[in-house]
Amino acid sequence: MILEARDLTFRYPRRGSPPILEGAGFSLRSGERLGLSAPSGLGKTTLCKLLAGLEAPERGQILLDGIPLSRYRGFCPVQLLWQHPDAAVDPLLRLRATLEEAGPVDPAVLEGLGIRESWLERYPAELSGGELQRICIARALRPGLRFLLCDEISAMLDLIGQAQIWQFLLDQAQARGLGLLVVSHDDALLEQVCGRAIGWDALMS
Amino acid sequence: MRTWDRRRSTLLLLIAAGAALLAVSVAGGLLTEQAMATDFSRRDLAPCWGYPFGTDWMGRDMLARTLAGLSLSIRIGVLTAGISAAVALILGTVCAISGGWADAAVSWVIDLVMGIPHILLIILISIACGRGLWGVTAGVALSHWTSLARVVRGEVLQLHQAPYLRMARKLGVSQGKLLRLHLLPHLLPQLLAGLILQFPHAILHEASVTFLGFGLSPEQPAIGIVLEESMGYLALGRWWLALFPGLSLVLVVALFALLGERARLLLSPASAQG
Amino acid sequence: MTPILTAESLSVSFTRYGRGLSRVELPGIRDLSLTADPGQVTAVVGSSGSGKSLLAHAVLGILPRNSRMEGTLLYDGAPLSPRRAAALRGREIVLVPQGAGCLDPMMQVGPQIRRGRRGPEVRTQCRQALERYGLGPETETLYPFQLSGGMARRVLIASAVMEGPRLVVADEPTPGLDARAAGRLLSHFRELADQGAGVLFITHDLELALTVAHKVVVLYAGQTVEEVPAEGFRTEKGLAHPYSQALWRAMPRNGFQVLPGLQPEGLDLPEGCAFAPRCPGRRPECGRGQIPYIETDGGRARCLFPGEVSVS
Repeated sequence: MILEARDLTFRYPRRGSPPILEGAGFSLRSGERLGLSAPSGLGKTTLCKLLAGLEAPERGQILLDGIPLSRYRGFCPVQLLWQHPDAAVDPLLRLRATLEEAGPVDPAVLEGLGIRESWLERYPAELSGGELQRICIARALRPGLRFLLCDEISAMLDLIGQAQIWQFLLDQAQARGLGLLVVSHDDALLEQVCGRAIGWDALMS
Repeated sequence: MRTWDRRRSTLLLLIAAGAALLAVSVAGGLLTEQAMATDFSRRDLAPCWGYPFGTDWMGRDMLARTLAGLSLSIRIGVLTAGISAAVALILGTVCAISGGWADAAVSWVIDLVMGIPHILLIILISIACGRGLWGVTAGVALSHWTSLARVVRGEVLQLHQAPYLRMARKLGVSQGKLLRLHLLPHLLPQLLAGLILQFPHAILHEASVTFLGFGLSPEQPAIGIVLEESMGYLALGRWWLALFPGLSLVLVVALFALLGERARLLLSPASAQG
Repeated sequence: MTPILTAESLSVSFTRYGRGLSRVELPGIRDLSLTADPGQVTAVVGSSGSGKSLLAHAVLGILPRNSRMEGTLLYDGAPLSPRRAAALRGREIVLVPQGAGCLDPMMQVGPQIRRGRRGPEVRTQCRQALERYGLGPETETLYPFQLSGGMARRVLIASAVMEGPRLVVADEPTPGLDARAAGRLLSHFRELADQGAGVLFITHDLELALTVAHKVVVLYAGQTVEEVPAEGFRTEKGLAHPYSQALWRAMPRNGFQVLPGLQPEGLDLPEGCAFAPRCPGRRPECGRGQIPYIETDGGRARCLFPGEVSVS
């Protein structure tokens, strides 16, 4: 499969604000791991949201195998992992409900991510960012998943936690042939995780 | 270690207030017969041991009349607050989810209803529905849903922007499950607190409409009727006819307000008391 | 030189509501020891749940009411009671919090930094503090929503250091900043230390901490496991505790090696060394009693068999 973005333009709906993205193009194949390194404030998070279909572009298209992403019903094959996982889970829901909102989760995934059974009985405010991130990853790793967009996902984690979840994600990506977009400001991390890394300017041209 | 436990005391107060209101409501329901029984051998008694609230010019027991009146008021209050909360939930959610012309139409109706003074609207609806119990209920229910509907609509609109809700949609969660899992739990505390805080409004409005003569018929022992009748006797020095029923009404209203306040404290996650 | 801050066997626990009305007592910090010297940046590093934010709260005397603190906490050689902390905080002991969320959204920056005080000398002081962090006088009239993330953090520092504090506590001041912005921010902390203040830099980001810190205190499950000069992290051999070594090996540039398992939490803390269940060099002795500190090269570590662990 191939995830493509063509001529993406986006601006926040504030009068006179300059576009965050203008004419951006992008492509990612299954099994490919692409690193994106750029300073903050340039619109990396916006790009990820657009690619995952969470925001609609002002102009341009996001295509999955040539079909617009918005036409896919049910579980979206492109999933986004947020930098701040606390925003991506419902604060009033116990985490078991959050984890299984799209259906039951493979116990091997829970095991691989080191998710403790006791976390699932709690509310998001009672877990740390790193623990919530593990749950968000488990929630996204459904059978229908093809592309995973990782927006600074290990910024909240300590070094060992970071190594743990990346090791697990890389194994999963390998086994399932996932395409990964990895956004990080940590070049050493990108080098470890990704086959190829590009800068922001390369993406825009 | 703190010995004082806020969550526990809140819960206790909540239960106590609820029990008191329930007791009044049940007792009043059982006393309706007595409230109407006249006995001219005991006319105009001031409060005493046998009749703590005294008796009126027809020898009716004022305690029984007060309780029966409050009971009727509470039942009308529960009914009307329930109806208006349901209307608010449905219209508010429809508004926010469908958007477009449905939203515009409902918003316009909300503005319209809010623009008319409550008491006037209640009187008009009550008369149109033939007064009596149903007139008052319809009047109070149909005039009180607006502010809550507006709150619900705003809340749903805001929730729709929340990242976790957008994520849930991309995870393929169905619309019904979305409503049940993510919308209702967020709306429930607002709705419940709004509902309980609406009781006192409803009760006061019922009493005032009845007092003004546009509500319940004079033979029913409603608190508004009791108060209205007692007005004529105040000048004759029969203070107990107005004082006790009036105080009881204030007490019931205060209890409901307390109940609403406590329920909101207990339900709101922001005050999760650590 | 007297350390500006000393914690010895500090523990903080708190009671919390469980399901319904039940309450449980949870240990937050169990046995934390550290010293912070004036003129130095002391980094306190631990993963989430290691109790590092509680340390900041304890130093500032702002622990929640349902908590209980035991052990010794000395500021400038004298015990730091919550009352003394209350008298000193905002003047001698200051906190640099996480981000713009800690600024009052309805108040302009100027009055917020001045904290209600008036007078020409306060105004100049405020202007100087802003200027020091590259913020012009026009910043005073801005509201927090008009600040960028980096600017908001500089405002927070300016606000904290206006009165020349002796101890600066920074609790995770960098998340959401890219490497360059974070580096700039950290150089300000280094600058404060160079001027004689003690800086306690609390973070989960060891790599970032190493760019400015003189000393690193490694926390694990609410305990200090190692106190080591920052140079110790240059090589794996400079570290004595197997957890610190595992941190070093997990850095992307040092091999990105995974240590399996999770930090124990709350009530299921093991007997003896908390790290023992994950330790590759664990021996039966590790599971019993208190683990004492041993002196290491320029620091100390809480391990019975330091430096003996070898990883294949």
